[in-house]
Amino acid sequence: MKQRIASRIVLGLPLIWLLLFVLLPVLILAMVSLSESQVGIPPYKPLLNWSEAGQAALAASLNSYVQLAEDGMLAQSLQESLTLAGLTTLICLVVGWPMAWAIARARRERRGPLLLLIMLPFWTSFLVRIYAWMTILGDDGILNNFLIWLGLIDQPWAIMNTDKAILIGMVYAYLPFMVLPLFAVLERIDQSLLEASADLGAGPARTFLSVLLPLSMPGILAGSALVFVPALGEYVIPEMMGGGGSAMMGKMLWDVFALTRDWPAAAALAMALLAAVAVPLVFLQRARHRLAGRDS
Amino acid sequence: MKQSRFPLSLLMFGYAFLYAPIALLVLYSFNESRLVAVWSGLSLRWYGELFKDERFLEAAWLSFQVAAISATLALLLGTLAALSFDRNRRFWGRSMFGFLLNVPLVLPDVVIGLALLLAFVEAGKAIGWPAERGMSTIVIAHATIATSYVVVVVRARLSDLDRSLEEAALDLGARPFAVFTSVTLPLLTPALLAGWLLAFTLSLDDVVVAQFVTGPGATTLPMEIFSSMRLGVSPKINALGTLLAAAAAAAVWIAWRLQCRRR
Repeated sequence: MKQRIASRIVLGLPLIWLLLFVLLPVLILAMVSLSESQVGIPPYKPLLNWSEAGQAALAASLNSYVQLAEDGMLAQSLQESLTLAGLTTLICLVVGWPMAWAIARARRERRGPLLLLIMLPFWTSFLVRIYAWMTILGDDGILNNFLIWLGLIDQPWAIMNTDKAILIGMVYAYLPFMVLPLFAVLERIDQSLLEASADLGAGPARTFLSVLLPLSMPGILAGSALVFVPALGEYVIPEMMGGGGSAMMGKMLWDVFALTRDWPAAAALAMALLAAVAVPLVFLQRARHRLAGRDS
Repeated sequence: MKQSRFPLSLLMFGYAFLYAPIALLVLYSFNESRLVAVWSGLSLRWYGELFKDERFLEAAWLSFQVAAISATLALLLGTLAALSFDRNRRFWGRSMFGFLLNVPLVLPDVVIGLALLLAFVEAGKAIGWPAERGMSTIVIAHATIATSYVVVVVRARLSDLDRSLEEAALDLGARPFAVFTSVTLPLLTPALLAGWLLAFTLSLDDVVVAQFVTGPGATTLPMEIFSSMRLGVSPKINALGTLLAAAAAAAVWIAWRLQCRRR
């Protein structure tokens, strides 16, 4: 009995914490997205109004969502985020797959250090790494100075503050997240399968397409989710490298929140972002179940 | 099968892509010039300027405190959560619990930050706490996010753990609490250390959530770096970045050596 009470406490503490600081905030976020903005502190109207008779009147409206849809802001930022996150995932996959393959085929005692080198940048401050790219890509940056010094160009090449810069930054930041799950899958692939494929007359391209690619599918799915999901809501990179024109959802959310100070609209954008993240995750879960079902 | 050269050369290219920016950052931190991208000679000038800058020093101290407290809190909560998950196959709300633990892992920082801020604002209105946002709200936010990561690390270790060791101790008459402190906890120590370090790093690296939930007077180091990045590049940040990168590399190297020795 005493043990049961102890385990109740052990169990209860984190659960209460999560209810208070995860579930409740998301519910309040949803609530604020349904309220209307006002000038004041806080800059939104309460959802529940208590009349003098003590009756509660609900004042919920879909105004913020309707406005975001009518402005075309939501569609535009959703499109830009999906495009850039999708491209980032694709580039990470194309670059990361051969990298993971090369590490998986390296001598056993070398794999550890090679993997450590992939993970090390992750432990270095994210902001500092983005800053490093800013000093390289800027109009007056290291790359442009170098190219002008070589005489290849005479006008600075404008990369900074474009979508290209955002792509470079996001591929750089998320590449390790693609390589690690791919490595985990590729390391376990039996060498004899490749030999069997070659013995049966398949060339390297055929072996890649019909043996390696299907077998690495779980890693491709996991890696793609690990890259795509954070890239979709990325804020720091578009803010710092994308210039004023970037309309990625994370940046737009911050701008609406901090500059326009329309908190209900920011909350509505957050709900849209939440939905945009949930859809690929549900899809991934399904795909995993299908893969697991096929194997057994 | 003949090993193709293509993946190997791409691997080298990949490492160059990952490390060139950091190498250039370090190199240019020793640059004399005020212009980051123009080399004018070797100097430690910007390190000196960095250590004279009160704002950076204060922010660094605040960040260190926030990271240490939130990592400890996350370690406690995360370990408790991982234990209750591993030891109770079925309990009321188990799937809800698991779902809530995954939410901070997948939600974008901007969404978590805004949601927590609104919750703090509403709580302030309803119960008068928190009356003011600042260090305490950043600590809560960071602890909440890091708890999920600690759970992942500790659960991985728990699932590898040999349960028969605990059962042997119980059979030999040890009380459950003694079994926990003298068998389970020592076996978990590497995972607990790794979880704490991960939580500490996550906190030290976060700018987005902190920016949402902070209040007047509480500026963490990443927030300070972020706002000076907005104004453009400055050699002082090169110096600071070099120091941070060196600290991270040293920590990873020590962890690596410890792991090698254990084997």
